[in-house]
Amino acid sequence: MTATQPRVGFFTDTSVCIGCKACEVACKEWNQVPDDGFRFTGYSYDNTVGLGADTWRHVAFIEQTAPSGDLRWLMASDVCKHCTEAACLDVCPTGSLFRTELGTVVVQEDVCNGCGYCIPACPFGVIDQRKGDGRAWKCTLCYDRTSAGQEPACAQACPTDSIQFGPLDELRERAARRVEVLHERGVTDARLYGESPDDGVGGAGAFFLLLDDAEVYGLPPDPVVPTRRLGAMWRRAAVAGVAMVAAAAASFLGGG
Amino acid sequence: MGRGGEQRMVPRAEPRSYYGEPVLNGPVWKVPDVPAYLFLGGVAAGSSLLAAGADLTGRAVLGRRTKVAALAAIGGSAVALVHDLGRPSRFLNMLRTFKPTSPMSMGSWILAAYGPVAGAAAASSVTGLAPGAGRAATAGAAALAPALATYTAVLLADTAVPAWHEAHRELPFVFAGSGAAAASGLAVLLAPGEAEPARRLAAVAWLVEAVAVERMERRLGPLARSYGSGRAGRWMRAGKVLAPVGVTAVQAGRRRRGVGAAGGLALLAASLCTRFGVFEAGRASAADPAQTVGPQRARLPEPDAPATHPGPQVHDRDAPG
Repeated sequence: MTATQPRVGFFTDTSVCIGCKACEVACKEWNQVPDDGFRFTGYSYDNTVGLGADTWRHVAFIEQTAPSGDLRWLMASDVCKHCTEAACLDVCPTGSLFRTELGTVVVQEDVCNGCGYCIPACPFGVIDQRKGDGRAWKCTLCYDRTSAGQEPACAQACPTDSIQFGPLDELRERAARRVEVLHERGVTDARLYGESPDDGVGGAGAFFLLLDDAEVYGLPPDPVVPTRRLGAMWRRAAVAGVAMVAAAAASFLGGG
Repeated sequence: MGRGGEQRMVPRAEPRSYYGEPVLNGPVWKVPDVPAYLFLGGVAAGSSLLAAGADLTGRAVLGRRTKVAALAAIGGSAVALVHDLGRPSRFLNMLRTFKPTSPMSMGSWILAAYGPVAGAAAASSVTGLAPGAGRAATAGAAALAPALATYTAVLLADTAVPAWHEAHRELPFVFAGSGAAAASGLAVLLAPGEAEPARRLAAVAWLVEAVAVERMERRLGPLARSYGSGRAGRWMRAGKVLAPVGVTAVQAGRRRRGVGAAGGLALLAASLCTRFGVFEAGRASAADPAQTVGPQRARLPEPDAPATHPGPQVHDRDAPG
C-alpha cells in the first residue's frame, strides 16, 4: 500500500437495482452491524427507512404511477458518500474520523467519545449515534476488505452489479458511458448524482445513477459541506465577541 | 404525502421527499444538557466581563460574586457537556487534537483554557490569596469570555441543519446578547448595591439580542418557521416576553430589591428560553425534509422542459396507509 494508491469508491447504478437487499444483508453480516429495529413502515418494501448507525446500506423503494396507470418502481441502494470535503471529518473534535489511504472516511470506534457533532453536520443524513452504545457509526467502505485489496461486501453481494466498486476515476468514466447508453435507449431521466468534483462536497466517493430527482430518493438535491462557510462564521463570531466586550466596557462608564 | 391516491396535476408547492422522511439525521444532543450548556457558557462569559469591569472600577462585592458565578456556571456547563457525550469517560479525547475546522474542538480548548483561569480568579477573590495572580486570572477570563460566548453559535451554524446553518450571520449576536443579558440579571440578583453597570449592560444586551433575532427570522424566510412554531416557537416567544420585562424590572428595581431580583431572574429565564428555542428550532428544521430540499432545489437550474422527456410523465404515488 503506497501513497500513490488510487482513490476508491462506489458507483451505484440504480437503473439495474432489483431491490433484493443483498447489499443490506451482506453489509450487516460482514460488519456485524446490529439490528435496526423491526418497524413496519408501509413504505413499499422498505422497512429500514434511511441510513443510520445500524443501517450502512439502505435500499429505497419508490412506487410511481403515470397518468396512464402504469407503475414505475424505483429502487436504489444508498450508502455513505465518502465526500471529498467531508463535514463529519471536518467537525470531529477527537480525530476519531479520519481519511484513509484509499480516500475513504472512517470512524475509529476506539477514539469516538460520542459527542455527536458529525451527525447534524452530514448534509446527507448518513452517520448516526448507536443507541445504548453512544458512539457514531457509519459505512467504512469495508476498510478491512478494501485495504486488503478486496471489494466491499455490498458490492460483492450485488447480483446485478448495481453496486460497482473500484478506482473513482474509472467508475466516473464507466458511469458517463452508462448515462449515454441509457439516453440513447430513451431513458432520458437517467442522471448522475454526486459524481462531479465541482459539487458542494467536492464530489462524492460514492455516487449514483438516478432516474428521478435526488429528493425522491431521500437525497439532498444540492448538498454543500457546512464548513465551506466556517471562515465567515468565525468572523461573525469575532465581531459579536468584540461587540460584547465593548458593551460591557461601556456599561462601566458613568456612575452608579 | 398521505393525501390518498390523488394525483397532482399542478406543480408541487411543497418539495418532493422520500415518504416525508427527513433527509438529515438530526442532532442527537440531549435536552436539557445541551441547551443548558449553551446557557451556562453565556452566563459565565458575561459574568467574567462584569468581574473584570468591577475590579477595574473598585466594585469589590460585584467583582467577587460575579467571579464565583462565572466559576459555578462554567462548572455546570462542563458537567452538562460531559453528561451529553455518548461516552462520557472519554471526554478527554476532546483534547487529543487541536482542530480549527471543528468548532467543538475549538470550544473544548476555549473551555479548557477558560475553566482554570475562572477558577483561579474566583479562588483568589474569595480567599484573598495571591491578589496579583487573581487580577491576571480575572483579565484572562475576560479575554476568553467573548470566544466562550460566541463559539457555540458557530458550533450550531456549522451543521447541515438549515435553521442553524442559514442563521450563521446572526446567531453569534443572539448568543452574545443572550449571555450578557443573563449575566447582568445574575449580577443584579447577587450584588444589587453595585450592579448599576449590569443594569445598563442588560438593556444593551437585550437590544442586541432582540435585533439579531428579528433580523435572523426575517432573513431565514420560510426556514424561520422552525423558530416560530411548535415547541421552539413557545420557547422563543417566552424569551421575547421575559427579556424586556427583566430589563424594565432591573431598572425599576434600584430601590426595591424584590423587583430588581425578579428582573434578574426574568433575564436569566429569558436567556434559557432563547437557548432552548434555538436548539428546538434546529431539531424541528432537521426533521423537515422540505427545509433541506426546498432551498437546495430553488438554487438549482430548472429541469429541462417536459418536451425533452418523451417517457411517461410520472407522479409520486402516495404512501399506503
